[in-house]
Amino acid sequence: MTDALVSAAGVVVRFGDRVVLEDVDCAVAPGEIVTLIGPNGAGKTTLVRVLLGLLRPQEGRVVRARGLRIGYAPQRLHVEPTLPLTVEGFLALGTRTDRETYRQALAEVGVPGLLDSPVQRISGGELQRVVLARALLRRPGLLVLDEPAQGVDVGGQRELYRLIARLREQRGCAVVIVSHDLHLVMAATDHVLCLNGHVCCRGEPEAVSAHPEYRRLFGPVDREIAVYAHDHDHRHDVDGHRVSHDHDGHSA
Amino acid sequence: MIGLDEPFVWRALAAGVGVALVAAPLGCFVVWRRMAYFGDTLSHAALLGVALGVVLDMRPMFGVLLAALVTGALLVGLQRFGEFAIDTVLGILAHATLALGVVVLSFVESVRVDLFAYLFGDVLAVANADLLWIGVGGLVVLAVLIAIWRPLLAVTVHTDLAQVEGVPVTAVRLAFVLLLAIVVAVAMRIVGILLITSLLVIPPATARRLARTPVQMAVLASALAAVAVALGLAASLAWDTPAGPSMVVASAALFSGVLAVARVRT
Repeated sequence: MTDALVSAAGVVVRFGDRVVLEDVDCAVAPGEIVTLIGPNGAGKTTLVRVLLGLLRPQEGRVVRARGLRIGYAPQRLHVEPTLPLTVEGFLALGTRTDRETYRQALAEVGVPGLLDSPVQRISGGELQRVVLARALLRRPGLLVLDEPAQGVDVGGQRELYRLIARLREQRGCAVVIVSHDLHLVMAATDHVLCLNGHVCCRGEPEAVSAHPEYRRLFGPVDREIAVYAHDHDHRHDVDGHRVSHDHDGHSA
Repeated sequence: MIGLDEPFVWRALAAGVGVALVAAPLGCFVVWRRMAYFGDTLSHAALLGVALGVVLDMRPMFGVLLAALVTGALLVGLQRFGEFAIDTVLGILAHATLALGVVVLSFVESVRVDLFAYLFGDVLAVANADLLWIGVGGLVVLAVLIAIWRPLLAVTVHTDLAQVEGVPVTAVRLAFVLLLAIVVAVAMRIVGILLITSLLVIPPATARRLARTPVQMAVLASALAAVAVALGLAASLAWDTPAGPSMVVASAALFSGVLAVARVRT
């Protein structure tokens, strides 16, 4: 894919003897939402670090479009209690602009009025929105969100997905979302990449309305969350290594 | 009590305040980045630098600067050393270099070296040439620190995020270690190798409760450090106690005082 914002081909990452990523291909086109799912330790964050250019893979090629601005919201952001930093100070570390612009950015992500709060005093969910605001202030072509729905209940998750979908609509930026939820993904997702060291499967999420089970649980209409049906042609042994043939004759 | 008309008293005050003003803002980053032990290692390596300076017949300060720079550069990229965690490596380096410094100095019998002065400082013996070096070193450190303030703070808050946003992380880290090395070299005369970390850590810790922004904390820490130096020097002259350690005691007393007041208020 030559017009991709960022693409990775044949990426291999090893930490010591452990193979964390094995021959992974991945590409993000402009304006596209890609959801990266997989169990804990599947290498999701490692792949994100490779895509961001923070980690050089031992093998493979990573290409980022020229002049691409990336807005990044890392998984867990902890600010030392010894560092007196307000939300405004935190935003200013990414982009220096006036208070009104900061206010608008905070309002856009749904946490207005936090500008003068110390970052250690706001809740985890609020901090996550503040980090998102810092990413948006850079006017990114690509937004990379590592587990944005972590520790958020279904209602909050729904609201977060609505926000991300709206941001994509309004700004036209591509989005990469990492999630450890294997079955429920953001409905606006264009592509799902299921990772477990290697690419297990990839596809598109099904509309929730097709799943009566989900409808019964969460109500009749849900535009934010969709079900992803995995299509695995292989299994894993106890170490998570890929086993090509399915001896039991059923697919996961 | 020795009168204020003695020039050496004013030289000591100028040297102490000069170093304190510069060490405190840098020390804020040492506190925020949890690098107190790193600072300790740099300053302990300084004694090896002193020995180097004596052997090579150059100003001890340059030997110290060299030793601190080499140690710092070695440590910058080093997160783990084999199976040992970084604090173990720092512990080994800090004390090995300190001990090696003492051993090497013991061989150089031709020069009488006042070990106590290097370990605990000798601010009352500061000469005009020392003042010049403190002034030059201090201004360089302050200028560079102001220049790299924002990227260094970004790296301190979140290294990956800073790198994605375009901060040259390695260069900024190296610059910070360079500044620490310079401060160690000029601060040795004031409080001595063993107490340098206190100049870096105590004033920022005292200022934390009173500050709302990083800049406020740095400025407050500088002011508190200068006050501690003056108080310590006065106490030293009044009761004939060693000047460097007296300044550190004054600094610790200020810290306890601020902490106690903050406790009572809340």
